[in-house]
Amino acid sequence: MSMYKIFDIAGSGMAAQSVRMNTTASNIANANSVSSSVDQTYRARHPIFAAELSAAKQMQGDDGAGVKVLGIVESDAPLNVEYAPNHPLADENGYIYKPNVNIMEEMANMISASRSYDTNVQTADAAKQMVMRTLRLGQG
Amino acid sequence: MAISFDKAFGLHPEALMIRDRRAQVLSENIANADTPGYKARDIDFGQAMKLAQARQSGSVGRTHEKHFAISSQVGGDTLFRNPDQADTGDGNTVDIHHERNAFMKNSMEYQASLAFLTARISGMKKAITGGGQ
Repeated sequence: MSMYKIFDIAGSGMAAQSVRMNTTASNIANANSVSSSVDQTYRARHPIFAAELSAAKQMQGDDGAGVKVLGIVESDAPLNVEYAPNHPLADENGYIYKPNVNIMEEMANMISASRSYDTNVQTADAAKQMVMRTLRLGQG
Repeated sequence: MAISFDKAFGLHPEALMIRDRRAQVLSENIANADTPGYKARDIDFGQAMKLAQARQSGSVGRTHEKHFAISSQVGGDTLFRNPDQADTGDGNTVDIHHERNAFMKNSMEYQASLAFLTARISGMKKAITGGGQ
């Protein structure tokens, strides 16, 4: 019965989307973290998704394709450098460094992640109903 | 008079198995809606059903232990879907709305098949018990 596999597949989707949600939250939370050098500045983080073809092929040869988070990469976008000589964290040239987080992008990401998470929950819910009905087969 | 369960249930068990597999394929599409490069897939129900029908008409049994077992796998290849949108840039061809509706419809049809089977079973129960008396 591949219905049970749907729980794994939808679960992997939910896990991946929640990683995306986590990085988005971390990006938004750090959007205004100021630092005094390029190296110390927070950079926007984004997870990379990949389809995970389960290596354990079933007898029937249909391998489920869940989602796997390959890793989290930091954005290469340029940092926001600001000239603020009076800032306590300014470097010797009078510059402060702000993260390269794009709030608009992050908001869009957040909404997309939450919608996708919802859809996966609905899939798992529908699969659960199908399994329950099947277990009650012939009793009605 | 012998009751043949295979004949009594008709093609509904096969239909259930195909729906079951299709549900998995569609759930994969939904889970991978944001995966770059993922190509949406689906099972052609009509074609899979034809295969099942063909198999049902000619059943094969093993009369010797060295014969190869014919797999009872439900047929129907998983085919890639033709995207109805131009490439969005990441090579992903999942249209989430389409997949969601297809999944829900498939789930309804699965439950319809279940209802048919339940009706058949209760009919046979009645025949066996003589109307419950």
